[in-house]
Amino acid sequence: MARTLLDKVWEAHTVRTLPSGQTQLLIGLHLIHEVTTPQAFQMLTDAKLKVRMPERTFGTLDHIIPTTDQTRPYADPMAEDMAAHMYRNMKDFGLNLFDMATGKQGIVHVIGPELGLTQPGMTIACGDSHTATHGAVGAIAFGIGTTQVRDVLATQCLAMAKPRLRQVRVDGRLARGVYAKDVILAIINQLGVKGGVGYAYEYAGEAIDRMTMEERLTLCNMSIEGGARFGYVNPDATTIDYLRGRPYAPQGAAFDRAAAWWKTVATEAGAAFDDVKRIDGAALEPIVTWGINPEMSVGVSQRIPAPESAPEAERPTYREALAHMGFEVGQPIKGAKIDVAFVGSCTNGRLSDLRIAAEVAKKGKVARHVRALIVPGSQQVATAAEAEGLPEIFQQAGFQWRKAGCSMCLGMNPDKLEGREMSASSSNRNFIGRQGSPTGRTLLMSPAMVAAAAITGAVADVREILK
Amino acid sequence: MSTTTDFKRRQITGRGIPVPGNDIDTDRIIPARFLKAVTFEGMGEHAFEDARKQNPEHPFNSPVYQGASVLVVGQNFGCGSSREHAPQALMRWGIRAIVGGSFGEIFFGNCVMLGIPCLVATQADLEWLQKAVGRSPQEPVVVDVENQQVRFGDRTIRATVPDGPRNQLVGGTWDSTAVLLEAGAAIEATAKKLPYVAGY
Repeated sequence: MARTLLDKVWEAHTVRTLPSGQTQLLIGLHLIHEVTTPQAFQMLTDAKLKVRMPERTFGTLDHIIPTTDQTRPYADPMAEDMAAHMYRNMKDFGLNLFDMATGKQGIVHVIGPELGLTQPGMTIACGDSHTATHGAVGAIAFGIGTTQVRDVLATQCLAMAKPRLRQVRVDGRLARGVYAKDVILAIINQLGVKGGVGYAYEYAGEAIDRMTMEERLTLCNMSIEGGARFGYVNPDATTIDYLRGRPYAPQGAAFDRAAAWWKTVATEAGAAFDDVKRIDGAALEPIVTWGINPEMSVGVSQRIPAPESAPEAERPTYREALAHMGFEVGQPIKGAKIDVAFVGSCTNGRLSDLRIAAEVAKKGKVARHVRALIVPGSQQVATAAEAEGLPEIFQQAGFQWRKAGCSMCLGMNPDKLEGREMSASSSNRNFIGRQGSPTGRTLLMSPAMVAAAAITGAVADVREILK
Repeated sequence: MSTTTDFKRRQITGRGIPVPGNDIDTDRIIPARFLKAVTFEGMGEHAFEDARKQNPEHPFNSPVYQGASVLVVGQNFGCGSSREHAPQALMRWGIRAIVGGSFGEIFFGNCVMLGIPCLVATQADLEWLQKAVGRSPQEPVVVDVENQQVRFGDRTIRATVPDGPRNQLVGGTWDSTAVLLEAGAAIEATAKKLPYVAGY
């Protein structure tokens, strides 16, 4: 019987079936960061336990660090304390830390693939919900909580139930000005923010096959926003080309042997799924969220929908969203005024994201009333962008060029919205309060659309700018 | 040291607190600025902090619900971030069990790790339970994890937990490190069979 990638990876990592009926699943790569781990290390210390496989554990600093001056001590004493704990724990437990001095620091979901740590056929866990990002190379990757981080540190395992598998097929070719971000926002809009609960998503179809690895990383990154804890793309030639030469990928003849194995991990023709959903990729236009969860989105040519257009159970959330965002039903999303523009995050902080934003930035200047930030996802992304002269393009257009970190995605560092500011953001969540101000407002969109909004001062259609 | 019996979550009885609404995300349960603490201590004070400030009538502000331990919510509760700070904040506020329509998956798993059962009931039953608790906030809600029921007054509703987590909660094995360690050398043996561990 034809088997799926999920079947094969799950089986290869099964240590045993637990008395509860769950799987004791081995975790092949454990990525950690400063925010969700200090309590886990404390629990380990209290229980007098060591890290089971320190060589399979890698850490970085991303959530709390400033993106301006990154020299320590940090101005925020709580951030400084958190960083100090991270350094101490990594040293005490003998773990690898990619800090600023290594030149490899960055957002955990950017550096894993970039360093070649993330490989096909692995199980990957991290105390962060956007861990499905790593599924882009054909891994089973998922977010966990702090007590589960303790379990992975202590046992290299988790007690898990195998999810059901849904294939999400995106057929057709994407139009110019439409990106992976638009594809995942469309998927979430159509399947709902809780549509994927209990499922892993296997993304397939022509539009996915044609995507670069960085686009696939964007796609898989937001699986959790559609409720799916896991999302992956089968490894193919794009995957193998991407990993070749990366520092933690196998080298030389070993790489060829690895690539041969990676191909065997992919879902086999004729394999069965619990269900299949189809999206017409060719029909998509740039998408913008208008509400308070990532499902609440429209095409850039469309208008803010009425609560009555939603199922009855969803209408209170629609009304709450309209009130929070200050939008009128029937108002076009295009032309909605913005105050802040943010390009960055684990969703869209990679080199290709910065390149497209720079292409748009060349077409104008940041509107006078807009504060615009470009935040590379890692030090290596920053270095590559600098080699191409991207910071100069951004700065000449009035964007701020920052250092690598999570920045304005989540309001845990100095980059925050203030008051009711409206943000055009390439990040992943438009939840109330997400960008650091309890009354702040977030419009999610692709990096190209963020740059277009920055130079227009309002939501704009990037296709008209790139013409 | 606790005995295993202390870990068994067969049945939880306590006063209820309804928090209606769908898609209440973990940023709403605990805003990110409170994640900068290196311990979970004191997290209970910040549960729903921004929502409470913006809405004085938020149930977590209401004197009648102080001391409640059974949270009754809507659909997709706890969606979003993996932050365990969310269930930690609820637990430290006093919540011991949650009844809802559906749950964010990582949130659900985090609750299991803390011994907090999350049970799923129908929308109609949830609306009834939220209203009934609102009318009689002093009356206890009985959350019967083992038999997958919630009882309030003279009515019993069906409220389910998938087999695996239910077995962990009822059997007292949800604090899983010890259970996972029992696999012993089988962990390394499984690892050594993987090409990326053994070497390509």
